[in-house]
Amino acid sequence: MFEGLQRVWETFFNLDLIGQTLPTLLRVGLLNTLLLAVLASVIGVVVGVVIAAGLMSSKVAVRLPCRVYVDVLRGLPHILTVYLVGQGLPLAGITLFGESTYGYAALAIGLLEGAYMAEIFRAGFQSVEKGQTEAARSLGLSHLETLRFVVFPTGARRVLPPLTGQFILVIKGTALVYLLGLTAGQREMFAIAQDTAIVNASLSPLVAAGLLFLAITVPMTYAVNAWERRLRDGRKDAPADSATDSATDRDRALAHQGTG
Amino acid sequence: MTAQTTSQAPATHGTPVTFDHVNKRFGRTQVLHDICLEVPGGQTTCIVGPSGSGKSTLLRCTNRLEEPDEGRVFLGDTDVTDGSADIDAVRARVGMVFQTFNLFPYRTALDNITLALRRVRKLPAEEAAERARAQLASVGLAGLEHRRPAQLSGGQQQRVAIARALAMEPEVMLFDEATSALDPELVKGVLSIMRDLAGQGMTMIVVTHEMRFAQEAAGQVVFLDHGRLIEKAAPDKFFGAPESPRLQAFLSAVT
Repeated sequence: MFEGLQRVWETFFNLDLIGQTLPTLLRVGLLNTLLLAVLASVIGVVVGVVIAAGLMSSKVAVRLPCRVYVDVLRGLPHILTVYLVGQGLPLAGITLFGESTYGYAALAIGLLEGAYMAEIFRAGFQSVEKGQTEAARSLGLSHLETLRFVVFPTGARRVLPPLTGQFILVIKGTALVYLLGLTAGQREMFAIAQDTAIVNASLSPLVAAGLLFLAITVPMTYAVNAWERRLRDGRKDAPADSATDSATDRDRALAHQGTG
Repeated sequence: MTAQTTSQAPATHGTPVTFDHVNKRFGRTQVLHDICLEVPGGQTTCIVGPSGSGKSTLLRCTNRLEEPDEGRVFLGDTDVTDGSADIDAVRARVGMVFQTFNLFPYRTALDNITLALRRVRKLPAEEAAERARAQLASVGLAGLEHRRPAQLSGGQQQRVAIARALAMEPEVMLFDEATSALDPELVKGVLSIMRDLAGQGMTMIVVTHEMRFAQEAAGQVVFLDHGRLIEKAAPDKFFGAPESPRLQAFLSAVT
């Protein structure tokens, strides 16, 4: 029993090795991971909103391609999508990003995360009560103005919690970039950890990377939750009294359904 | 609560609304049967009837939140149901207040009102805010401009919704069971605003279960049952000497 624990400890929690790995992780990996994650998330959100709007279109010619996009990209193994975009595009002569692995990796991860985000946004937009739309239309706002000023602001806030989950997946998904080949300075956290792990025949470097992933994702989750609360409740100078809070409770319930 | 006369009383009083042989079906259920009704300008017309009688559907045909299957609806001289009518322009002339308030949840009371003033009426931000503030004050909500809907009571929310509609200076106001979702003690404040509005000569169509309001504020009262217009009369006659047996039965059930 004790020996077993010791073996686990040495394999995963070799402090020397963790200490050796951390500087490179922080100096090279962290920045690359964040850069990829931010690029991919921006692409994912833009793709997600556009595809979500397409999924809600009344025109089959618009809805169908969007549906196919979501179903295919969510259904394929992510590794295959990364290869298809990252190696397929250059092979086809579409060298959008020249030799930069990062551009293709960010595009690939962004495109596939966009498929998941599209469904999240669609659910959020469709959760906006019909009464909201009717009130806006009854005031003379056009269909597009109603989407832009009423449906989008409400729906986007409601999807913040499930969207945060998706951002976490994007951050972890950046590990897939190794598939496209990296120079030493391009490696993100997981690639660095994996290389060190192989050299030292120990999994401890991966634990070091894991700690850094947690150091990014956990504070981000709390930050987004705090931001969401602020958006929902407004500034603190207007205290809620005699308030019927059913609307916000419903918002929260809806938002959490999306994560399930 | 005192709701004084608003400083932005609509310039064009007295736009009438005409329903001309309006039919409406939901699937195979006919909810409106050949409704013909004149709503005189500058007066309040109350529509009463049992639930499911088509009152709200008829009201919603006025600004085409429901599309009539047949028949026409006129706002003044404008044929609302004409396919080539600019429906957004028509809707900007008609204010509507809903049973469930339908305020925009992430906007303050003030921003709920300024949205359409800026986007539809194209007012500059300052002027829109000024008008919204005045309108909120006129419904007794001065000082609550920066509250979100969730920070307001139901009665306050409905008054914001009324202010939002009135700020657009509509020619006609539609009330769809505006007090049905309110706690009893909050109903009075909203009704008193509606009564003031009626007194100012706004054309109003009011779907309501508040028989006393109908009796006191309406120029005419209309009884709908199973999608048919059964009876229409001045309030004294409507409540004092109802003709049809169905209206008699309805009135004895609700009063």
